[in-house]
Amino acid sequence: MPELLLKGGRVLDPASRHDAVTDVRIVDGAIAEIASHLTADAPDAEVVDCAALWVTPGFVDLHTHLREPGFEDAEDIASGTAAAAAGGYTAVCAMANTDPVTDTAAVAHSVRRIGNEIGRADVFPVGSITRGLAGETLTEFGDLLRVAGVDFFSDDGKPVADPLVMRRALQYATAFDVVICNHAEDPSLTEDAQMNEGAMSSLLGLAGWPHEAEEIMIARDLILAAGVGARLHVPHVSTYGAVDLIRRAKAQGVTVTAEVTPHHLTLDDSLLGSYDANLKVNPPLRTSRDVAALRGALVDGTIDAVATDHAPHPPEQKDQEWHHAPCGMLGLETAFAVVLTELIEPGVIDALTAVARFTTGPARVRDVGEHGAGVAVGAAANLAVIDPEARWTVEGRRLHSRARNTPFEGRKLVGRPVHTLLRGRFTLRDGEVVA
Amino acid sequence: MDHLLSIEDLDADAIELILETAESLREIAERPIKKVPTLRGRTVCNLFLEDSTRTRISFEVASKRLSADVINFTAKGSSVSKGESFKDTALTLQAMGVDAVVVRSAAAGAPLQLTRWVDAHVINAGDGWHQHPTQALLDLFTMRRAHGRLEGLKVAVVGDVLHSRVARSEVQALRMVGADVTVVAPPTLMPPDPSAWDVPFTSTLDPVLADLDVLYVLRVQRERMHRQFFPSVREYRRHWGIDAERLARLPDHAIVMHPGPMNRGVEIAADVADEHEAIITDQVTNGIAVRMAVLYLLLGRDGAKETTDA
Repeated sequence: MPELLLKGGRVLDPASRHDAVTDVRIVDGAIAEIASHLTADAPDAEVVDCAALWVTPGFVDLHTHLREPGFEDAEDIASGTAAAAAGGYTAVCAMANTDPVTDTAAVAHSVRRIGNEIGRADVFPVGSITRGLAGETLTEFGDLLRVAGVDFFSDDGKPVADPLVMRRALQYATAFDVVICNHAEDPSLTEDAQMNEGAMSSLLGLAGWPHEAEEIMIARDLILAAGVGARLHVPHVSTYGAVDLIRRAKAQGVTVTAEVTPHHLTLDDSLLGSYDANLKVNPPLRTSRDVAALRGALVDGTIDAVATDHAPHPPEQKDQEWHHAPCGMLGLETAFAVVLTELIEPGVIDALTAVARFTTGPARVRDVGEHGAGVAVGAAANLAVIDPEARWTVEGRRLHSRARNTPFEGRKLVGRPVHTLLRGRFTLRDGEVVA
Repeated sequence: MDHLLSIEDLDADAIELILETAESLREIAERPIKKVPTLRGRTVCNLFLEDSTRTRISFEVASKRLSADVINFTAKGSSVSKGESFKDTALTLQAMGVDAVVVRSAAAGAPLQLTRWVDAHVINAGDGWHQHPTQALLDLFTMRRAHGRLEGLKVAVVGDVLHSRVARSEVQALRMVGADVTVVAPPTLMPPDPSAWDVPFTSTLDPVLADLDVLYVLRVQRERMHRQFFPSVREYRRHWGIDAERLARLPDHAIVMHPGPMNRGVEIAADVADEHEAIITDQVTNGIAVRMAVLYLLLGRDGAKETTDA
């Protein structure tokens, strides 16, 4: 692998709180030197002009639906990791609600292996908490950890509704020090729910998804996790009440981490008058008050990570009446640009903290190996190079996902990854995904 | 106006125009030959993806009285029951060149989605819990005929408001024309954020009765009772049902209305229903005139325009 020299970029490294224009030398897939005015050592070295660009650690997504195995018409590991590379990601955590469900080491191992063979991003399978996502029998956490390195478990899309099963899952997880992530929704409060319950649902005539449904489940899980001393991760937080619960639990020393999606940080239910099913998501888009609370929690660290909840669905599934359309939206390719456009540029969050929530933050939640470690000598060269001035318009059909269901269709965004490097090798080069 | 999807598409002037037009069309029903050639050569499709006999027939009669050709497309026995998507159905109608689609769907927002796929005028004949604009317009028409005015009219809408597209449309329309509306419902059957409706809500029916011009009774959807919206029919009837005793508390000039079908003995006692059957039947008759007006205003003007252009 020839030497690579990233020249003159603004290196944003949350791990060291380093934010300065400097050069980065990459040799054999690792960062060999970080200094100003570097010149190429090797005769075949490639110099990449990064003037006016940002150099950050490669992003880590804690919450990706790659849909393989089972739902490859929506996405497969190849297309999903192409989207990841285009979005600046070097690591993605593949959710377990595939078919078959990732409830055995064999499925997890296969997902990881396919990801490795394609080589566009490292794929970290998430194991299900319960077999078949049925909420009844625990998955063999120990076996998944031993054989496939899975240290993160979630029945995402379905909550573990039974408090006894959840308590046992948390208790049992402590034996292996793995993380339990429970989809926060009390299903008895969300039967037929179609959108956030509130003023807009009152006008649109859609059954509401009350914020209590999320908060009751989070409160329950925080109590259970505190009781047994387990590690709990709260996915896609969407309400101000949930933020308060997590903030208080952290202050009390509960081992809890949390994530928020770019769409919950930027969109609210006032948009739903269009009945555009691309805006249908679980948990639903909430109110502007919730958006403000989520932003505050992202800034102050109550929320550790931005996670995409990238959820592709084929067009025929979304081209239906709102009521029948499935929940979920794309996220990998727009996540950082959305945060840059809506949060960094307006000064809601500084660039270094925002980058932290895409890199070191998720890496703190679960073990993603060499990812999210930072831009440091000796570290693997997993990097994103971003043009913070690039102006582009989101067009679903031009994204790398097999699906088209972006809520940001037609939206003008600022900022886009130009290069993504996985162990010093381009997975995105000059804006093009490398095969 | 290209479509009638929601009362929000209208304003007070537009409502007035529809009601005035309906007034002039109503007398057609009283002629021996109840037909005018206004929409000859136009095709109206009744796309009913949810069961509804009353509304479908009302639209069918309205279209036929204006001499439009009518296609009835119902979900049962159609390609929809074979799994064809709503979008494909829409594209088929588009390819057939229909001029208007009257759509009924259990899915809120379906009529709006339809406008993205067809060039035809779309008329919402009820979408989920969302809107049923022609029902609200025919109710306004009926109230105006009974009381000679709409502005300042004191109206209470009573019952299962949460699940009612009629209530959503009715309240918006009444506000638009300056009526004084109060909504009465058990707390479990109110919308989650009543302030969004911008009218007073109460759970207590009796205090509002003495002052009303119109008592508008909504159907209780019996199939929902097992979800604990209220403990029993007995309890509902006692607190929100309209019986002879409550009827006696209304001013003499007040009318009782119901969008039908009625659950006699639940939200309305059988004798009350019978006593007020006349006005409830009027609602049905007026429904045809109002739907004729809507079809004429959306479609008839196209014809006039084409003639002028030629």
